[in-house]
Amino acid sequence: MQRALCASFLGGISCGVIGVWIIMMRIPFVGVAMSHAAFAGAICGLLFSVNPLVTAFLFCVASSALIGPLTERADIDPTVSLGIIFSLMLGLAFLGMGLMEGPKTEALNLMWGSILTVSRSDLILLAVTTGLLLLLLTLFFKEVQAVLFNREVARAAGIQERAIFYGLLFTSGIVVTTNLTSIGGLLIFSLIVNPPAAAYQITYNLPLMFFLSAAFGVLSCFIGLVFSYICNVPSGAVIIIVSSLVFIACLLLSPKRRVMKAH
Amino acid sequence: MNTIIEFSNVTVSYRENVALHNVSLKVKEGAFLGVIGPNGSGKTTLLTTVNGLGKVRSGRVKVFGLELKSHQHYIRKNIGYVPQSSNIDPRLPITVYEVVKIGRVGKRGMGRRLNHSDYDAIDTALAVVGITNFKGRPIGHLSSGEKQKVAIARAIAQQPKIMLFDEPTSNLDPGAQQDIIMLMNSIYRETGSTIILVTHILQHLPESCKEVICLKQGEVIHAGTYNETLDSKLLASLYECSPEALGS
Repeated sequence: MQRALCASFLGGISCGVIGVWIIMMRIPFVGVAMSHAAFAGAICGLLFSVNPLVTAFLFCVASSALIGPLTERADIDPTVSLGIIFSLMLGLAFLGMGLMEGPKTEALNLMWGSILTVSRSDLILLAVTTGLLLLLLTLFFKEVQAVLFNREVARAAGIQERAIFYGLLFTSGIVVTTNLTSIGGLLIFSLIVNPPAAAYQITYNLPLMFFLSAAFGVLSCFIGLVFSYICNVPSGAVIIIVSSLVFIACLLLSPKRRVMKAH
Repeated sequence: MNTIIEFSNVTVSYRENVALHNVSLKVKEGAFLGVIGPNGSGKTTLLTTVNGLGKVRSGRVKVFGLELKSHQHYIRKNIGYVPQSSNIDPRLPITVYEVVKIGRVGKRGMGRRLNHSDYDAIDTALAVVGITNFKGRPIGHLSSGEKQKVAIARAIAQQPKIMLFDEPTSNLDPGAQQDIIMLMNSIYRETGSTIILVTHILQHLPESCKEVICLKQGEVIHAGTYNETLDSKLLASLYECSPEALGS
């Protein structure tokens, strides 16, 4: 249980923080495509007896290399191209599962996550990833803020916005991969989107939005974990339901609703 | 005066659409150049070609005497760009001050902390444009005219040698248009920057703007002084309308 609590804490922070840029740039499908790429990669790893985290990471990197240019092309709607990547990855994952012989317990664990059985090495990897993410964000916060405001304006001001954009894209791939075993490939997308979307309703301060998003992520994981432990239900599913409820509560209590009506 | 921007037979295209065709022009240091033309004539592309946001298919662009291709980063740091106004989500968690700060972030360099001189430049830019009193407000809460002033303050904060304005008066009421025109005039007089201003409307060129070029279908069809450009036949041909329609 101690490891599960640590994984919840680190997973909540890393997903909450990386989700802010996805929400601010209005590309939630990046989260979907990335999480399913990690899932498909992990299944391929299991199929070919390779460490699933390694293959998940490779799939994420390959997806980033596809997603980046696709989001920059003016002639294709990014949601369409990302939707195609997402469905391709899901198809690959289910194909891999279909080709597997014997019980598919490990594959199903990767799909739904198993935070209660997270290993020590997974936890260390998660801690390193979260630390690295926070360090990079601190070092390049003003550049990230500029890119989140407007990519063209950032580029015109001499900021290396493509380096920042691709850096965020690859980092989100790493975050998704390291959270795969605990949260699960199908559910991690919600943990990347719901907490920052909830934080967006509450504040006009970007650093506070990062903090609130991480806090909502941790809160969702803790409540979900405790509930699943008591009621013996899948932890990943409860975490997602809790994070969705947090979003609904923030939406209803949002001080920005009046502003939106005025505009 | 030295030439600060030089286009030699520049062609810019987006797939099959040619936005600029074989354009050659020289802009002297300290000039205030107006660029007019109808929709789709390549005015915005001309600006984005100067700061390297557009992709040059053929020809050469030199800015500050440097090849744009190989010195893009340096060139962008020294050009203040005010793009066409765009909608901003009123819920966006970014303040006016943070937007103006972007002008200094690129100038300072990746991962480097801003210092006192950067913060002084930001405060000065806010004061010049007259928006110091709402620097803490969310950017999405401002009116169109106020947002345009923020964009101008961001460009000023860069302390650029060249400023590019892309239709800064569009979508503004007459009072706000007048404010922006006067602001561009005073910026030109006080900073001595080279300015290129793109607009649909000749009357929106400030009095400091002495040179004007007319673009049509990606080509420069006229280059001359402001008074020469006032010719109604030229303008009627440029906008493909009757001279009477121009008067209204």
